[in-house]
Amino acid sequence: MKLQVDGRAVFAYTANHPLDASRRTVVFIHGAGLDHSWFGLQSRYFGYHGWNVLALDLPGHGRSEGPPLTTVPAMADWLVRVLDAAKAAKAALVGHSLGTLVAVDCAARHAVRVERIALIATAYPMKVSDAFLDAAKRNEYTAFDMHTIWGHAPRVPLGGNPNPGMWMYGDTQARLERLAPGVLYSDLKAANDYVFAGSVKCPAFFILGKRDMMTPPRAAQTLQEQIPGAQTVLIDTAGHSLMAEAPDAVLDALVQFLARNSDPGS
Amino acid sequence: MAGPKYPGFDTLALHAGQSPDPATGSRAVPIYQTTSFVFRDTEHAASLFNMERAGHVYSRISNPTVAVLEERIAALEGGVGAIATASGQAALHLAIATLMDAGSHIVASGSLYGGSHNLLAYTLKRFGIETTFVTPRKLEDWQRAVRPNTRLLFGETLGNPGLDVLDIPAVAEIAHRAKVPLLVDATFTTPYLQQPFKLGADLLYHSATKFLGGHGTAIGGVLVDAGRFDWEASGKFATLTEAYAGFHNMDFEEESGTRAFLLRARREGLRDFGACMAPMTAFQILQGVETLHLRMPRHVEATRKVVQFLAAHPAVAKVIYPELADHPDHALAKRLLPLGAGAVFSFEIRGGRPAGKAFIESLRIFSHLANVGDAKSLVIHPATTTHYRMSDEDLKKAGITAGTVRLSIGLEDPQDLIDDLDRALRASQK
Repeated sequence: MKLQVDGRAVFAYTANHPLDASRRTVVFIHGAGLDHSWFGLQSRYFGYHGWNVLALDLPGHGRSEGPPLTTVPAMADWLVRVLDAAKAAKAALVGHSLGTLVAVDCAARHAVRVERIALIATAYPMKVSDAFLDAAKRNEYTAFDMHTIWGHAPRVPLGGNPNPGMWMYGDTQARLERLAPGVLYSDLKAANDYVFAGSVKCPAFFILGKRDMMTPPRAAQTLQEQIPGAQTVLIDTAGHSLMAEAPDAVLDALVQFLARNSDPGS
Repeated sequence: MAGPKYPGFDTLALHAGQSPDPATGSRAVPIYQTTSFVFRDTEHAASLFNMERAGHVYSRISNPTVAVLEERIAALEGGVGAIATASGQAALHLAIATLMDAGSHIVASGSLYGGSHNLLAYTLKRFGIETTFVTPRKLEDWQRAVRPNTRLLFGETLGNPGLDVLDIPAVAEIAHRAKVPLLVDATFTTPYLQQPFKLGADLLYHSATKFLGGHGTAIGGVLVDAGRFDWEASGKFATLTEAYAGFHNMDFEEESGTRAFLLRARREGLRDFGACMAPMTAFQILQGVETLHLRMPRHVEATRKVVQFLAAHPAVAKVIYPELADHPDHALAKRLLPLGAGAVFSFEIRGGRPAGKAFIESLRIFSHLANVGDAKSLVIHPATTTHYRMSDEDLKKAGITAGTVRLSIGLEDPQDLIDDLDRALRASQK
């Protein structure tokens, strides 16, 4: 569906269901340079299992009009305006990578709008290497290479994709090639520069990939310590692109955390 | 962090798409010879059917052995994914049926495999899809043939049998200006000699029967999507950008972006037309793919020796191979095919049809049959076999005469091949 926020069109995938005020809402927030379909299987599941789904394209990504927002707090504030436009008083937030920082910031500064947060492949601080930032700033293809290779577990190019017939590297490259110049750099810089100053009171859940080269599990430790009671699931075989690399494990973890409201285990 | 590095072509040819089997540890790709896959429970079944979980349901739609081949070819081509089909022709049909409806139009090279020409010129016409054929090297003809209802530009990377080299960057530009994709048949070049997506093509397919399989043992095709074409921005592909009643009103582009084409092709095309690849076939083709990087240089090296021999032979009027200076696409081949112009080529024998007949019947090593891309060397007379349904006019457009002979150079000792050809050529002139 298309929403109007700040006078610009915002795309939200709803799994082909109209929003229903009687249902809980879950918002999916993608990572740097990507779009709503990065959560394809997982967002579709929740849409067909009694949830309002808003899998968003951040401004300047996918089908949402630009320009991209340049800081994480700006994205978090924008997210609240998206919830306003969708008439959703409160939502669970599921973020991936850069999207996890948006979820954390939103939960800290707009606590009444956030029911709970699930953070897939996160780190704090989310430092991006100078080489990656510089290549993205110059709009060099090397930045896409770094995103693609570091964005998956080392086994990915030599192993099978759970999604039959798909080539994960090629899919990432194709998505990045659709970006307008400067968008990837804007996203990476926003992640790199983010300073978390508040506190998160709502339930939080970390889903981390043991083979993640971009945000290795140890890099989530600072954030885990700052969110009391946060739970963690570590997926053995997955890298940074957990939703594609381990789609069922991610979905099972989200179902446990979001849908059943039970202790997801650690 | 170390700098990013992709695995090389050779490594991908051996490993992409497969981890050692988690159930048994099998290093070779297991042949999952099963029609269907047991669900964990009813919830799991419903989720698989509704595309909420990844996995296999029924081998017409996907199969673990076939999926290894699909992912491996996608990796070698640099695409987002692939779908393996019952044949190369099934791959071509799947691409067209996924993209368009009755009332659509295709602009295609006139230098096509006879079967592809038949599909476009006669069969699809019955279903309301028309094709305009153009001379592939006349770029202005491609442009001129585009109509408002054109939905696809299509050619072979190396035309059959005239070895026209498709100027992929230029034809892709024409296609993209018209907001339609360029589909190429990359059978003759394989991803080893050329990667069409890097040159601007949007979709490609292989008759995997040929060099990919490489041993003349299995019929199959593979359709690959680069994932770069923006169907939504084009506005011409309702099958991908509008609600599809046949799958819960799914808008494939909205659902999956870069994977929209393959998603519809698999969920509609394989489901409804059913031209899927069998697991055993996928296994056999995978055996060939694992040595593609070793075989293709050898095919090309032997071809060059045979071409040189034939070009100097008094019984040969003309050799048609893009690496020869007199081929009209010689410069283009040097630019687009630096590793070689393949291992299939044609020549014209002096003495017309009787000489051709005597030549073919005198060969001892070359096998007279309707195939190319085998490890064994092959020969055929296109005018009476692969292209016999084409009119004289269409034959002429495709560069075929009564004396045209097509060779596919295999992996035998090149000198043995030259000796065989020499003996048969001398016999043809008696």
